[in-house]
Amino acid sequence: MMAGWVRTLITTLLCLTLSGALAASIWAIAGNPTPVDLPRLLSENMDRSGVAHPVTAVLLNFRSYDTLLEIGVLVIAGIAGISMAKTASLEDPELRTSDTLLYALQRWFVPLMLVLAGYLLWAGAERPGGAFQAGAVVAATGVLMRLGGIPMDFLRPGLLLRLGLGLGFSVFLVVAVASAIGGEAFLAYPPGLTKALIVVIESVLTLSIAMVLLALFVSAPVNDAEDPEEGGPA
Amino acid sequence: MTASLLYALAGAVLFGMGLYGLLRLPHLLRKLLAFNIMGSGVFLVMVGLPQHRGGADPIPQALVLTGIVVAIAATALAVVLMRRYYHLSGMTTLEEPSPEQRPGGRR
Amino acid sequence: MTEWLLDGLLVFALLVTAGAALFSHNLFRAVVVFIAFGLLMAVAWVRLQAPDIALAEAAIGAGLTGVLLLDAVSHLGGIRPGDRNRGGRE
Repeated sequence: MMAGWVRTLITTLLCLTLSGALAASIWAIAGNPTPVDLPRLLSENMDRSGVAHPVTAVLLNFRSYDTLLEIGVLVIAGIAGISMAKTASLEDPELRTSDTLLYALQRWFVPLMLVLAGYLLWAGAERPGGAFQAGAVVAATGVLMRLGGIPMDFLRPGLLLRLGLGLGFSVFLVVAVASAIGGEAFLAYPPGLTKALIVVIESVLTLSIAMVLLALFVSAPVNDAEDPEEGGPA
Repeated sequence: MTASLLYALAGAVLFGMGLYGLLRLPHLLRKLLAFNIMGSGVFLVMVGLPQHRGGADPIPQALVLTGIVVAIAATALAVVLMRRYYHLSGMTTLEEPSPEQRPGGRR
Repeated sequence: MTEWLLDGLLVFALLVTAGAALFSHNLFRAVVVFIAFGLLMAVAWVRLQAPDIALAEAAIGAGLTGVLLLDAVSHLGGIRPGDRNRGGRE
């Protein structure tokens, strides 16, 4: 009992110290003028980016390497989640809620949310929106559909699931490698094609992000039934 | 002192709170909440601090957007692992349940 | 002045909801408060002139995380054990 009390005290002190040090350094950094003017650099180069919205330009052109690695991380997380799943089919009819009210609601909501996702994807070129938000909305639509009892065969482990998971990353990687082979830098889009390539990449990214999030949501092992493939608690 | 700086400092406090929760709270789901709060604190610092001078800055905003999506993927994966752990061991904490705790160590 | 009041209140609410999500006794309540925290974060992103992040946070932080965590709570026994005949299989 005493040891726990002492540990709590030490942890509290440690967290307070860290938090205070962080706040102090924020205060110190805020007092210094920044030598590099990134926003100005960005706005000067905006017309070369192919899109009109600065955040999309950063995500898919200037710092597209980050986005490439990010979708890689997402795909790995999705694969890890699916391999944890207990059921062979990720879509189990027993686990549906099959609530009539929910079913009636989603007949209105699912098309509306898909349209919203499409709008967000399309709007990303010149105003807030883009692949991430659209992907999240599509994934939320999938969760709603799953709770309401619409069968989703594409979540069965197979070609469709693998394609959906891998498409975003592979298309992105192919574009990156193709530009590298073509003599440009890795991930430098050829001039003239920039906008088209960004739109293609954003669309497949939306699909992949939605599939990863949905697969992770669905693959949580939900029933406590006996599973024969496990040798019992280790 | 601008509003952005206020949010950055709040981010530092959130980071500290989340760190404490991650280290000291026993229940795994609480640890996950604490982890998310810690991340939110980091995001606030990342956006708030550069915007202290010179208004909206799209570069940290884009990076934070990436970070949020990775954070939800990590959270979802953690939930999957947690349920698997609960299914196999019947526990929701990492420590062995000590005798003075409630039987089963569950809350 | 009004803006400062708004920002101050928002930051205060963020800290209070974060604290409640971590230290409230009921796990179900903690998760609900955490969803509120996500929504407040979305408002904070708007105040920080980051509408992109606000959109993503509203869709992810409030929507997806909420469903995910509530689902997890109901299965990990955050709701009273015996509520759902889910005492585990040991």
